[in-house]
Order: sequence, then structure tokens, then C-alpha cells
Amino acid sequence: MEQTNKNKVMQFLRGKQYPFIAIGVALLISGCIIKAMGFDPFLALKSLLSGALGTTNAWGETLIKMIPLIFTALSFSVAMKSGIVNLGATGQVYIGSLAGTLIATNFAGLPAIIHIPLALIAGMAAGGAYGWLAIALKNKFGANELVTTIMLNYIAIQFVNYMVSDPIRDYGATTALPQSRMVTDTAVLTKIIPNTRLHIGLFIAIAALILYYILFWHTTKGYELKVTGLSQSVSKYAGMNVKKNQTISMVMAGALAGMCGVIEILAIQSRITQDWAGDIGFDGVAVALLGGNTPVGIGLSAFLFGMLSSGANKMQMMAKVPNAVIYLVQGLVVLFVVGRNIFIWKSKKKNEKKIEKMKQAVHKEQVEV
Amino acid sequence: MAYLEMKHVSKYFDRVAANVDVNLSIEKGEVHALLGENGAGKSTLMNILYGVYHQSEGELFLDGEKLHIKDPKDAIEKGIGMVHQHFMLIPELTVIENVVLGMRENKAILDLKAAAQKFEAMSEKYGMHINPWVKVDMLTVGHQQRLEILKALYRNANILILDEPTAVLTPQEVGVLFKVIRQLTAEGKTIIFISHKMNEIMEICDYCTVLRRGRTVQTVKVSDIKDKQELATLMVGHAVELNMHKSIKEPGNVILKVDKLTYTNKLKVDKLKEVTFDIHEGEIVGICGVDDNGQSELIKCITGNETATKGHVTILDEDCTHAGVRHILDKGVSHIPEDRHNMAMIKNLSINENLILMALKKDGYSKHGFIDWKWVTKHNQELCREYEVKTPDVNELAGNLSGGNQQKFVVGRELDRNPKILVAMHPDRGLDIGATKYIQRRILAEREKGTGVVLVSTELDEIMELSDKIVVLNNGEVMGILDQKEATVEKLGLMMAGERMPGYEKESDALD
Repeated sequence: MEQTNKNKVMQFLRGKQYPFIAIGVALLISGCIIKAMGFDPFLALKSLLSGALGTTNAWGETLIKMIPLIFTALSFSVAMKSGIVNLGATGQVYIGSLAGTLIATNFAGLPAIIHIPLALIAGMAAGGAYGWLAIALKNKFGANELVTTIMLNYIAIQFVNYMVSDPIRDYGATTALPQSRMVTDTAVLTKIIPNTRLHIGLFIAIAALILYYILFWHTTKGYELKVTGLSQSVSKYAGMNVKKNQTISMVMAGALAGMCGVIEILAIQSRITQDWAGDIGFDGVAVALLGGNTPVGIGLSAFLFGMLSSGANKMQMMAKVPNAVIYLVQGLVVLFVVGRNIFIWKSKKKNEKKIEKMKQAVHKEQVEV
Repeated sequence: MAYLEMKHVSKYFDRVAANVDVNLSIEKGEVHALLGENGAGKSTLMNILYGVYHQSEGELFLDGEKLHIKDPKDAIEKGIGMVHQHFMLIPELTVIENVVLGMRENKAILDLKAAAQKFEAMSEKYGMHINPWVKVDMLTVGHQQRLEILKALYRNANILILDEPTAVLTPQEVGVLFKVIRQLTAEGKTIIFISHKMNEIMEICDYCTVLRRGRTVQTVKVSDIKDKQELATLMVGHAVELNMHKSIKEPGNVILKVDKLTYTNKLKVDKLKEVTFDIHEGEIVGICGVDDNGQSELIKCITGNETATKGHVTILDEDCTHAGVRHILDKGVSHIPEDRHNMAMIKNLSINENLILMALKKDGYSKHGFIDWKWVTKHNQELCREYEVKTPDVNELAGNLSGGNQQKFVVGRELDRNPKILVAMHPDRGLDIGATKYIQRRILAEREKGTGVVLVSTELDEIMELSDKIVVLNNGEVMGILDQKEATVEKLGLMMAGERMPGYEKESDALD
């Protein structure tokens, strides 16, 4: 039994060192580049950390940045588990945020306890439907989801831009920039800590991580999705419906991204504007890759990326390092995680030693025989 | 000193010692067998000789001179040719293009006509006529093998390594191959014959070197060997029970009926043509034929993985021709698929996770959609014990187990469901004798319990030993159905090659 537990632990730890090595190497290289640019890398790191974790407010900002990353990363991971590469979280975020905004800017009289969930559900439903579109194209016409999800991103962004530019535009606004009306008070997400912007979206994100864990590690449906993702031929042999399973995953992925969109609008943005979320989905891909599609991994790497982006401004202020360096760090981290084989490089000498060891073992065995 | 010698050869890979202190000495003009179970190191040793690998230790000698082989090209120039189990031919090219492919003598402009003349003269001489101008994908497997042999001879091979050459042949084709081998040795060529089939070694080989776990056990003169039991004992290291004990049993009711089943694939090729047979309770029906003569499609149609174009599959009195896989599995059909790695298991999941694949929704395994891992783990530990799966524990990744142990847990998983019908395709392909015999005994035990078994195998011995009834397929058609008692290798071989049993003539023939 002890053997079983030990093996379980070993199984769990297998390959878990790589993300940490990747982060270390990425920081090291970035440090060298900062140095080469003529700045002080240690001061940069110090101001980055204090900007991200130095005060209650800094903590709040870091956690705020972490929330959308968790959702978009989960959106990528849920699809990935069943073998679909969802690069369309961005589009699903936009569509979800649009639907959520429509609910949140209207129905002013509703109590918050109804208004907020209604907006969240609308966002999830719209995001989910948008995710479904990509998988339906794949199932019906065999269109590769890698291509369609990226294309659907542009359509979603442009659609939101159009909606904001006229149909839902707030013509009474003081600014000339097109934007929607404000979210009504009853739909604003509750803050957790006074004097920070940190909101209950954090709890929803953590709940999503836990549900993700329960689904894929403890339920029959999650197991089916996982098998579908690992081998379509095995899942067919076991009588599973590959298309149906992948559709379920993509709808869930879209819903998670849509949820992300609404939460950001309700809690932070207060209104929808053109291009409001940038390429938010791709940050999620990076987080999911670094976190190895595991719930704990996603939580930790979302926190790291949140830190990087909330501390960047202070780093620019104190150490004068341009905050674009953050993208460099993120890029390097992902590069080293994806190209992890770089670390499994073995020297010739080590190999010879191994052979020598094997020879000895073989000879010993011979004596025993 | 012998013609070809390998002395104290060892080869260490990253994690395994594939060959340890192997000695092999072969005289000119003999047929020398390399016998060993899967993973005994036969292929590694021959790949060293052919220049694919380099030995970690040891020396090679040819004709008394020390031999250094850089790569396969170098080996060919030194007169060593190899016919691999999986042919190294390019199907889109013609025969003659394949023959001259990569030869050093090739000029900028190929003179294929001259090459074809030389090739034809050679093929005439050995009685293996092949048209040099047809594309390789038009050739049968047997012809492709002959082409591989001719290709090596064309390059003046003196030593020919044949890696499991009979695996893809009908008994009659094996006969032709043996004739060619005898002619070659008569000319002074040396043949190294890799096999795990003891009958063939007894028939064609002069000497036999037995490998076990990477080491040479012994080199024996084949004429000194009493029977195949003796060879088997040498190979495995302890006595093996080769004979199966099968009780005499009256079959029960019909539980699976295949009626005029026709299957046309996406390329509009009829892979099955009006196949008809049925299976009773407690009966093993062997499906025999050369690889890719419709066996795979037949099994897919029975298990719901494909849908027949015409005809019917009736399982336990229900028409399941158009039923889905899940429905058929739930009716009590267990399926051991042909391709273990791609269909039956997932290497990156633990044994525990692999074992719940089929029974996921059954009581005990899960409740209200949640998997009961505690119960599952306990159940699977018992299953591994019962089916002799050697593993540290059930959390081990399935990919880390040996092929035999992987197959044992797949078989265990399927039999644990107490099937009424067992569909087993190549259940012991690539396994060692111990595991093979174990799985065969398990299949016989299922028959005792009253399970109806469909067994697909290309090993005639296995089919003849286990089956009550034998269905022979050729090109998607039933050539005849034999009782076990009336089946002989010769009869089955002729039918596998396309000869019909009385009563199974083509309708057009019957009218004449």
C-alpha cells in the first residue's frame, strides 16, 4: 500500500519540474537583456515584485489580472482535454461580454441578486454558442478548428466594434469614443476588499478551477472527454461519441470565455468599448501551457502572469525598464515550456556512465544466474 | 574459422541491454536460424550486422577478416542483404525502379532497360518471375517479398537476412520461399532466418542459434533436435505446455448470426462479399486467412465500428446491423481489437484509468456520474492479480508495461465483463510463448463457460488448435467452413489462396 502511495506521488511529480525551470531560464535571459539595454535587472525585479505584491492594493491588482487569465486558460484547457485546440477564447470573450452588457445596461429595476446572475448566464450562453459554432463547422464540414477559431475572433471583435459604434452606442457620452452605456448599479460585481478593485469574480474563478478538477478527475463524463482527447480510435472502440464529446467541450470552453468577458465588464470596465479586451485569449493559452492544463498549474501560472502585468508599471517607473519586457518574459516562458526537450539534453559522458553502470548490473546478474 | 562470426557482441540502449555477449558463427552455404521470443534480441543483432546499429562491444568477422560496417549501404557493398519484416519498397514506383533505387552505379540518366534485362534473367533463374514494369502496389504481399529478395540478390548479396519471412505468407507461398532458399544455398549463398516458428526452423534450417533475454543460449544442429518441444524449452528456458486441453462439448443455441454480409469501403472496394456463418454458445469459430482479406472489416461490422452495406448481423436474436458500438457492447459482446496500441489502450493513462474504459457506467465503478476511485482501484488490483499482469501497481502508466502485460490487462478487462460473445482479433500477436499460451487458455476457459468466441488469427496452428469451426476468408469471401477435425494445414492453405470448398463455388461457376 505504501508502494502505491509512493508511486502515486512520483506519478504526480513526473514532469512537474519543467515549468519551474522554464520560468527560471526565462527570467535569467530577460535579466541579461535588461542588463544589455543598460538597466539594472535587480532593481527591475525588485520594483516588479513590490509593484505586484507590495501593498494591499498591489495584491488586489494582481488578483484582478489573474481572474480573466484563469477563465481563458480554462477555456483552452477544457477544449484541449478532448483534443480540440481552441484559439478562439478571444472571440468568445467578446461575444460573451456583448451579451452580458446588453443585460447589464438594461433592466435597471432588477435586484442585484437576479441581475448579476442573469448577466453572467447570458454571457456564458453567448460565449458557449460561439464556441459551438467553431466545433459545428468542424463536425459538419471538417473545417480545422485551429483556423476557424482564429477567424471567428476577428468576426467577433469587428461585430462588437460595429455594435458599439451605433446600435448600442451611448450618444449621451462626454467622450467622442464610441462606447456603450454604463452598467447599471444593480449589475456591478461586489467588491471583496475595501479600497481595492478586487471583486467576487475571484471566487467564481476559483470555483471554476475546482469544478474543472472535479469534472476531469472524478466524473465519468470528464473521463470520457479525456479519453476522446487522448485517442479517438480508443474512444470509438469503447462506444463513445467523439463528435458529441468534442462539442460538449467546446461549448464549455466558450462558456468559460464568455463568463470571463461579462465579469470583466461588470466589475472593471463598466461599459463595453471597441477592442476593449485586446488579444485576451492568447494570454490564456500561455497560462494553460505553463500550467500543464492542471487546475493547480493554471492557478499558479495565472498568478505569475497577473503579477507580471500588475507590477510592470512600477518597474517602468522605478527602474525605467519598458514594460514591454514583460511580454518578453511571457514569451520566453512559453517557449521553454513548449520546447521542454531542450532540458532533456544529455551529455555523451553521462551516457557512457550509464552504459558502464548497466554493464556492471548485467555482469552481476550473470554471476547470480 | 567460420565464414561469418559475431564475437562477444553487446548492444546497450538507453534503458535496456538488448544484446549481451552474443556469439554467432555461421558457415558458408548454410541456413542458420535465429530463434527467440519477442524482445530476445534477434532483430537488434541482425541490425548490427546490417549496419543499422553499432555494437557497444564485440567484433564481427567475415571470411576471417575483421568487419566494420558503417551503415546499411556499406553492408550491401560487403554482400550482406536484409529482407525486413515490413518491406522497404516504394509502392508508387515500378518494380525495376525499386530495384535500382539508391545504387551507387546509377548514372545521371537511368538505363532501366538494361537493368530490367538483368533483373528478368535473375528472376527467371530463381523461378520468381515478376514483371519489372508494373508498380509495386499492384503486387501481392508474397510477390513483394520475392522482389525484396531479388533486390538483395541484384546487389550481389552473399549473406541474406530474412526477418520473420513467413509471417505474411500462405502455407503454399511458404513452400515456394523454401524452394528458393534451398536453391540459394546450393549456390553457396548463406541465409540467416529469423523466426519464432519452430516448425519452419525444423524444416528449412541446418543450424539454430537460440537467443534468450539478449544472450546466446546455445547453437544446435537442427537434425539433432528431437521435436519442437525441445526447441521451445531452449527458447523459453523452462518446459512449456504447448498442448491445449480442450473438452468435447456440444454447442448450444445460436448467439451470433452473420448473414450475407457485404461491406464496401470508401474506395468502393468490396472488402466483404456475402459472408455467412453463425456461432453457438460455447463454440470457438476461427476466422483464418492471409492478412487483409476482410478479417478486419468483418470484425468491425460485427462490433458496430463499421456498418455493413448489405446483409445482417444478428446478436442474441436482435438485428444489430445498424446498431452502435455502445449498444453492442452493452448486449454482452467483448472485443479484443487487432491494434492494441491504437484501439485498446492509452499509453499516457495509468493502468487504473485504462481498466475502467468499458465498464465506466456499471455499478461499483461510478455512482451518479462520479467515479468511485477507491472501489475501482481495489477491483483493478484484484484484476491485475488474477490476470497475472506484472506491474508495481495500478497507478503505473500503461505505456511502461511490456507488450505481454499490456495485452493481459486488455484481455482481463474484456473478460471481466463476463461476455456472452467474445470477439478476439490477433489476441496474442507479438507476445511470447508464455503469454500466448496464457491467453489461449483463457479463451478456452470462456468457451467452457458457454461464451461464443470469434477468433481471428493468421497463425494456422492457433486456429486449428483452438477452433471448433474454421471459416476461411479470401479476398472478402468465404472459401469454406471446416470442422476442426477435417482441417489440415494443406487444406486451409489452399483455401486461403483462393480455392473453394465444394458448396462454396461462385454462383457463376455453379451455373456452368
